[in-house]
Amino acid sequence: MKAYTDRELEIKSVQYRMNLLRYIKQANAGHTGGSLSCTDILNVLYNDVLNVSPDTFTSRNRDRYIQSKGHSVEALYVVLADMGFFPEDDLNTLCRYGSDYVGHPTRKINGIEFNTGALGHGLSISAGIALAGKMDGRTYRVFTLLGDGELAEGSNWEAAMMAAHYRLDNLHAILDHNTLQITGRNREVCSPYPINEKFRAFGWEVTEVNGHDISKLRKVFKTIPRKKGKPSLIIASSVKGKGISFMEDEKKWHHGVPSDEQYKLALGELKKKMEALRV
Amino acid sequence: MTMTDIQIERANLDVFSEALMKIAEKDKDILVVTSDSRGSGKLGPFAERFPDQIVEVGIAEQNMVGVSAGLASTGKKVFAVSPGSFLTARALEQIKNDVAYSDYPVVLVGISSGVSYGALGSTHHSLHDLAALRAINNLTVVIPADAYETEQAILQASVAKKPVFIRFGKKPMPLLPRPEMEFEFGKASVISTGSDVSFIATGETVAPAYEASKILADIGISAGVVSMHTIKPLDKTTLIAQAKSCRALISVEEHSVHGGLGEACASALMTAGIHLPFKIIGIADEDTKTGSQVEIFDHYGISGRGLSKTALSLLK
Ligand SMILES: [Mg+2]
Repeated sequence: MKAYTDRELEIKSVQYRMNLLRYIKQANAGHTGGSLSCTDILNVLYNDVLNVSPDTFTSRNRDRYIQSKGHSVEALYVVLADMGFFPEDDLNTLCRYGSDYVGHPTRKINGIEFNTGALGHGLSISAGIALAGKMDGRTYRVFTLLGDGELAEGSNWEAAMMAAHYRLDNLHAILDHNTLQITGRNREVCSPYPINEKFRAFGWEVTEVNGHDISKLRKVFKTIPRKKGKPSLIIASSVKGKGISFMEDEKKWHHGVPSDEQYKLALGELKKKMEALRV
Repeated sequence: MTMTDIQIERANLDVFSEALMKIAEKDKDILVVTSDSRGSGKLGPFAERFPDQIVEVGIAEQNMVGVSAGLASTGKKVFAVSPGSFLTARALEQIKNDVAYSDYPVVLVGISSGVSYGALGSTHHSLHDLAALRAINNLTVVIPADAYETEQAILQASVAKKPVFIRFGKKPMPLLPRPEMEFEFGKASVISTGSDVSFIATGETVAPAYEASKILADIGISAGVVSMHTIKPLDKTTLIAQAKSCRALISVEEHSVHGGLGEACASALMTAGIHLPFKIIGIADEDTKTGSQVEIFDHYGISGRGLSKTALSLLK
């Protein structure tokens, strides 16, 4: 794995945001807000944490990444393309008739492990993979990205209980905690709080981090497993629509597609950010 | 297993748990995942002999299926075992997405299916599972009739590269006489042929259909019996051949009359342009009559007597 500086990864994040906005704009479809909120997390995972590449994707000992919040697939697509899992040009077909690049992850795309998108599935799947690793004495780790809205799905809590029971310290859930779901604030829709205390009560090791601070994210992932015998939850505080001023923390960007004017503005903001980083 | 090894009446459930032990002994990647269901699944001996090959997740069917898919994705050969009703209603979305759509070859085993739980009532009956699972792509749906079919189904599912759903009950079933010891998913087993009527039956209803064929033979009516053990993909070739070789067809299933074997047959026949007297026998779309499995079967005409009467009225 190439060793990047924090600055280099920050530049990648801006590029990923530009790319995902381009393909969403082109497809006239996509989960813009959620993709922007998990961009930095995926960046750090794939470029700094996961022991997986196009060459090792069929290895039994590869690290696994399961995107439970499947709707933010555009962020995943642009990162996978950057990792060389498929040519980025493929994304020109995003959501087009007959394209394999549909609006949620599927195994038809190289680099994707499971077909997700219906919520509350990723944690159970990940627990199963982690359990197999323990049974076979393998050293791979399993990472899954959860949305905060999907914590209302009861299956998460079935999996949380079971993962602690089997002491799956090779299982790492990351919560993309942007505090919004399609209807509005999590706490107003059906409060998931206190999230940290709930998971701790279920037997998990919980840590919190700024989900957009590349340096801090890298540090958190360096310290896993955080506690022997315990699955871990990393609550990544994030902002839905992160990086585009008028999209930030606005529920309407859950799957909003920018108009031509908005797209120009958004790209302008990202270009400015890029220039600042490259100084 | 040879024919002589088989006792005449054996519960498919017992055959299942023994078959599983045989294959688990040879293949350490065989895993059983249960939802507090090892007792109902007769998996106590399995758990004792292969403690490292059984995973208990507690009463949590959704998690059971998701975990099974995760395990299967690493190369494990997973049998997810839970009462048919809970497995296919509670965990339907995990079956659809984590197993079928994601295409990992989990073997989903619905125990105590249909009305096996009898007087425990409708919460425990699975009369919806065929309808639900038939509409899910990439899933083979199998209901073995007797010990032979059950063992074959388990053995073949254990090497299948695609997801399979198998369901059965716990009542001792007679071993059906079959002209050929052949079993293949998607290929019906013709138990006997008849020129007047043919019963297209599945699972634990094949035995009463066979009994009905004997009753009918005694009064000079030639009735055939087919074990349509695979509901999906449906063996249309055998179905159509049966329709062409007799005057009437009767489908029999331990399932709602909606969306199961009967409607699958009706659709296949009409699509093929075949029209003949046809009746779907199953559990009526009503608050299910209570009683033991046999009493419920009897109530809905799934018995030698009931099915022979249906045949007579259809042939009139
Ligand atoms: Mg959210």
